Order: sequence, then C-alpha cells, then structure tokens
Amino acid sequence: MDDQSLRVQNASPPTSGSPPGSFLQEVIEATPGDSRLGMCIQCGTCGGSCPSAGDMNHTPRQIFAMIRADLREEVLRSNTPWYCVSCYFCTVRCPQEVHITDVMYTLKSMAIREKRYDDSTAPDFSQTFIGYIESYGRSYELGLATRHNLRHRPLQLPSMVPLGLGMLARRRMDFAPQRIEKIEQLQAILARAIELEVGV
Amino acid sequence: MTTKLLFYPGCSLQRTARPYLDSLVAISPLIGIELEEIQDWNCCGATEYIAIHHLASHALVGRNLALAAQQSNGTHTVMAACSACYLNLAKTDSYMQVNAQLNRQVNDALQAGGLHYQPGTVRIRHLLDIIVNDIGIEEIRRQVVRPLKGLRIAPYYGCMIARPDRDNRWDNVEHPLALDKLMKAIGAEVIDFPLKTHCCGGHMTQINMPTAYELIRRLVYGAAQYHADLMVTLCPMCQLNLDAYQSEMNRHFHTNYHMPILYFTQLLGLAFGLEPEVLGLGKEFVNASQALSRIGIELPAAEPELEMVEDKPARKKKAKAGLPMPQMLHSEEEDE
Repeated sequence: MDDQSLRVQNASPPTSGSPPGSFLQEVIEATPGDSRLGMCIQCGTCGGSCPSAGDMNHTPRQIFAMIRADLREEVLRSNTPWYCVSCYFCTVRCPQEVHITDVMYTLKSMAIREKRYDDSTAPDFSQTFIGYIESYGRSYELGLATRHNLRHRPLQLPSMVPLGLGMLARRRMDFAPQRIEKIEQLQAILARAIELEVGV
Repeated sequence: MTTKLLFYPGCSLQRTARPYLDSLVAISPLIGIELEEIQDWNCCGATEYIAIHHLASHALVGRNLALAAQQSNGTHTVMAACSACYLNLAKTDSYMQVNAQLNRQVNDALQAGGLHYQPGTVRIRHLLDIIVNDIGIEEIRRQVVRPLKGLRIAPYYGCMIARPDRDNRWDNVEHPLALDKLMKAIGAEVIDFPLKTHCCGGHMTQINMPTAYELIRRLVYGAAQYHADLMVTLCPMCQLNLDAYQSEMNRHFHTNYHMPILYFTQLLGLAFGLEPEVLGLGKEFVNASQALSRIGIELPAAEPELEMVEDKPARKKKAKAGLPMPQMLHSEEEDE
C-alpha cells in the first residue's frame, strides 16, 4: 500500500509535463490505475519483447512517442493495439514500469468509440464477443466463431468446418448458448457502467 | 484436511476446456480440495470486453466478485483454473483497491443490480498456485501411485498466469518453476523449456492467422527441439490454440509437427492412478496416445464420429490403368 501511494506521488511531476488537453493527458486519464505513461524513456524494451511487434504498424515505443507528439489520428488508426496479445512481457520488463498492456486497451477502446480503425476484424471480434456476454452472460464459441468467420473470413470458412465439427464431436463446443439465471441483473449493471463511462 | 475453494470455472472450462474441468473434478478429492462453484457467475470478459468498455469490463468482473463475497462460507479464496479468468478477476480487485474512483463507479454500477463489493474481500488465486503452495509438492508426491517415468514434458505456463503477477505468487515472471517442480514430483522428465511463458497467440487465431501460426510454431518447434513427448499447460486458451490449430499451423508452414498438448491436471490424475477416461484424455485434437503409450498408458480409442472428422474424405484411388490411353503390353509390370 505504502509503495503504491509513493509511486503515485513520484509519478506526478513527469505527467504534469504534458499540457492539459494533450493526447498524452487524455490517454493517461482514460487508463484506470496509474499508467505511468509519462515516464516512458523511449528505450524500446517493449518492442524488443513483443511477440507480435513484427506485424505492428508501429512498435509500442513508437506509439508512445507519437502519443507525446499529439499524433492522435495516426495513433488511433495504427493496428498496434489490435496486435497486442496481452502477454505482459513489455509491462514486466519496462524499466519505467509503464503499464503498457493497459495503455493498449485504452487505445483500443478510444479507437472503437471513434470508429478509427482501418481493419475492422479485431474490433468486430471484440464486439461480437461482448454481444454474446450481454445477451447470455457467458461466451458462446459456436456462435462467435460462425458469425465472425462469416463476416471476415468467408473464404476460409470451409477450412474451419472440420475444426468446428471436431470441437462438437469432442463435446468441446455446444450447439446452444448457456444463459445465466439473473441476466437482467447483469444487464442492469453493465448498462449503468456504460452510462457512467460515457458521462466521464 | 480439506481446502475449501470458491470455484470460478469460467466459460472455457464448461466447453472448449472440458477435459480440464473433468480432470480437476477427478483429482480434487485425492488432494483434499473441495470446490464450491460460485452461483450464477458470468463471463470474465476475456481480453475483449476491456477493449471496448473499460468501466463496464470491471463491473462485469465486479458482479462475480460480489457474488463470491456473498457466498464465502468458511473461505475467502476464489480459485480460477483459467489464466485469463484469474488475471481479470485479480486485476479488477486490485485496481478497485488502489483506485478510489474506479471502486466508487464499479459499486455504483453494481448497485443497479442490487450488489456491492468491498475490494479485497476475496483472494483470487490460480489453481496451480493453490496446488503448489497450499497443498504442497510433498503431498502431491505422496499421492503418486503411477510415476510418469520416461515421459519427457515441456512445461508451458503461457502469459497470463505468470504476468503481471501483482501478488508475487511466482519465483519469476518469465521463468517460473512451480509447474516444473510439480511435474518432476509425479515422476516426469521435465525439460528446461526456454519458451515456457511465451505467448500462444491469444485471440490472434481469430484476428490474424499468420501472426497466430508463427507464435504457435515457435512454441511447438521449441518443445520438439528438446524432444519433448508432449507439452503440458494450465490455460484453456493456450491448450486450444496449440492443440486445435496445430494442424492448420502445419499446413501453413508445410511442417509436420505432432505435439500433444495436455492439461497438468490430466497428468496429475494419471500419476494418481486414475483412468484416462475420467480425465478427459482422448479429446485432444493432436492425439496423445502415442506419447502416453510410451509409459504404458493406453488411451480409449477415438469415438467413431471423431475419425470421420479427422480423416479427409479418402481420395479415390486412381485406377491403375490411368486414363484410357493406348498402352504397351506388360506396362503394368514396369509400373512397379
């Protein structure tokens, strides 16, 4: 606990270096907890540790430099956050303890809110996934896989069929979704949370 | 002595990772674990909900935490066997503890459903952590009746159990040893697997296949280089990616790897003398029967309808004579 409060205090001078209203400030405020994003020293350990950096438009280090340079549009259009696999290698290796994975999630939610992405595969996957959670309270693999593949990979769909059948045959997938008992309760909670989120 | 746990199964264990659940339920009484499922739990949001709605993703988890706290009856320990569930539950609880505003907002949302959660009320832990640190390696060793001698195992942790490790559960966030020690305790030969906490591809199998295939290839290639008979895992996402997509990966790279991916609970069960059937063995895509037969364990034969799926429709054999062309006499002999 003490360690945490100390960290928050120490973090304030560098973040104050970002002018209010800057994109850097916006990202910091939209990230729960202390992201320490203002502490980035551009060492590149993150990109060097990232298993999917090779497929990203910009390495995490570049993205952080771009955030600082207020390149809002370019950052939100980058595929970088969508290629983050949430492995937390960068986060644990960052010498400045920037919560990089959390920042990537923030960038995703900003890009979705403003519909600023060039390839909609990943945003749509997230959207379809959470659609099932909001209707049933639990994920529904068969529906998710079918809908997602039909929309984004119709040509590969036939090659996915054996996998789907295999899952069903092994009883590792169900035909019908499961609904939690108190789905209305969950829906009320989520609706209120989204209301609060938009209000912020 | 029994260790009572509030059990959060998560969506995967009910479906894609059913063998993980079956083997966990089978070994629990043997190692003194009593599982009490959290009533009416909902999905943890995986890595998707938080990508769209930050606050709602924490409220989603908050409902589970509130239900667990209500139900806590002689225990405050919530156990998840899925690494993503474990990470999400632990993350929300820990952020609610350090961030007063988030705590307020999550509880505001929970109130819309008549619930409340005081952060820190329950302790969220992964199954491996409980088995290694509470039950203890010695107790596991005592239960072994069929040591898995001669089986070479690549211990694969994946990412989300090891990192970010807010509660300092592991000796190292990149090269933990808990699973290594556990597998040695049941008699297996454990390779020093350098990729043990590298990424399985996560949701990239749904978003960009080539990225996912490369990550899967690295792991399977790595384990094969060390002559592992199989990889053992503790995360439904890792198991699914490495097992169900292995043949697609092979097709993509024109390789021919055959690396079975089993859950650590399945191997514990085998070492405790349980039958393969009750441990959900045989439901993997990359069949483990050859690897396990090396140590004298026979898996049940695959069910008939599985065969249908596994085998490509048999190609019509070309008639020996080929196309109706003029032929030399004795040409058949020369064919051979």
